[in-house]
Amino acid sequence: MRFHYFFTGLFNLLFAFSVNAADVPFTFDNETDAERYRNLVEELRCLVCQNQTLADSGADLAQDLRNEIYQMIQTGRSNDEIVDFLVDRYGDFVLYRPPLNTTTILLWFGPFLIFTAAILIVIRIIRRQSMEVPEQQGMENRGKHS
Amino acid sequence: MRYSLPLAVFVILVILLGIGLKLDPGLVPSPLIDKPLPAFSLPTVHDRDVMLTSTDLQGQVVLLNIWASWCVACRTEHPLLVDLMKQGRVNIYGLNYKDERQNALEWLARLGDPYRASAFDQDGRLGIDLGVYGVPETFVLDRRGIIRYKHIGPITPQILKDKLLPLIHKLESPAA
Repeated sequence: MRFHYFFTGLFNLLFAFSVNAADVPFTFDNETDAERYRNLVEELRCLVCQNQTLADSGADLAQDLRNEIYQMIQTGRSNDEIVDFLVDRYGDFVLYRPPLNTTTILLWFGPFLIFTAAILIVIRIIRRQSMEVPEQQGMENRGKHS
Repeated sequence: MRYSLPLAVFVILVILLGIGLKLDPGLVPSPLIDKPLPAFSLPTVHDRDVMLTSTDLQGQVVLLNIWASWCVACRTEHPLLVDLMKQGRVNIYGLNYKDERQNALEWLARLGDPYRASAFDQDGRLGIDLGVYGVPETFVLDRRGIIRYKHIGPITPQILKDKLLPLIHKLESPAA
């Protein structure tokens, strides 16, 4: 029984429902909310230091936004609502995963386009070579025979 | 002829990279353009009992400047705003962002107060609603309180002359 308590204690220490983001620890009622919080701050960008997530950033604004996200989770807002709240204010730029729309269509399909173009070029080169090679072989063979 | 395709690809790449060099990745387009100013009601910097609300700004073309006494870049643009106020043609309102009231008051006393009123946003809630991420930022609002332009960073004489003033004059013309 003692051991049982010990391990639950240890488990709670490791996976406590609190999330230590920078300096303010947030406590959640359940692990689902804590998990949602961790995921959200990992996939949202800090606007001040643009190559950091909200989770990583020590900027003042990032702290405020983490607070804001925490409050929204506590008041039962869904992930989509929270993301929309930030996109409405800061634009698609807060998302690390860019959404598919008219301005990002090249970003999403550009690589496939380039890949297809590369394949077509390779096919063309191979075809041209295979057309050239038999001719050359024919020449060589003729040379050998004579 | 043999190298024309690689050369064309190379030239296009150079042009694209050249354009990329000129772009400022720090400038994030605001999704708030052409949207109404978020509703707010905040005490003013000068008097905690006097409230400045979003409806107070309606019915006139407004330059809304986000500033703070701790913001170094605000100092560089501040004389421009003071000059603009002295000319008396533009309605300038301020939003004092995440500041201490005493510091803000001292700042205004020392450097001049170009604002008709400055809202005191100590916890930065209105700042979040306005998508503020780098003070100073400046918004141009039309008579209906719609955000028409947002400038991030200090206002320069160039930007004032080329962007802000022409837009303000256009919005103030009776046709607008």
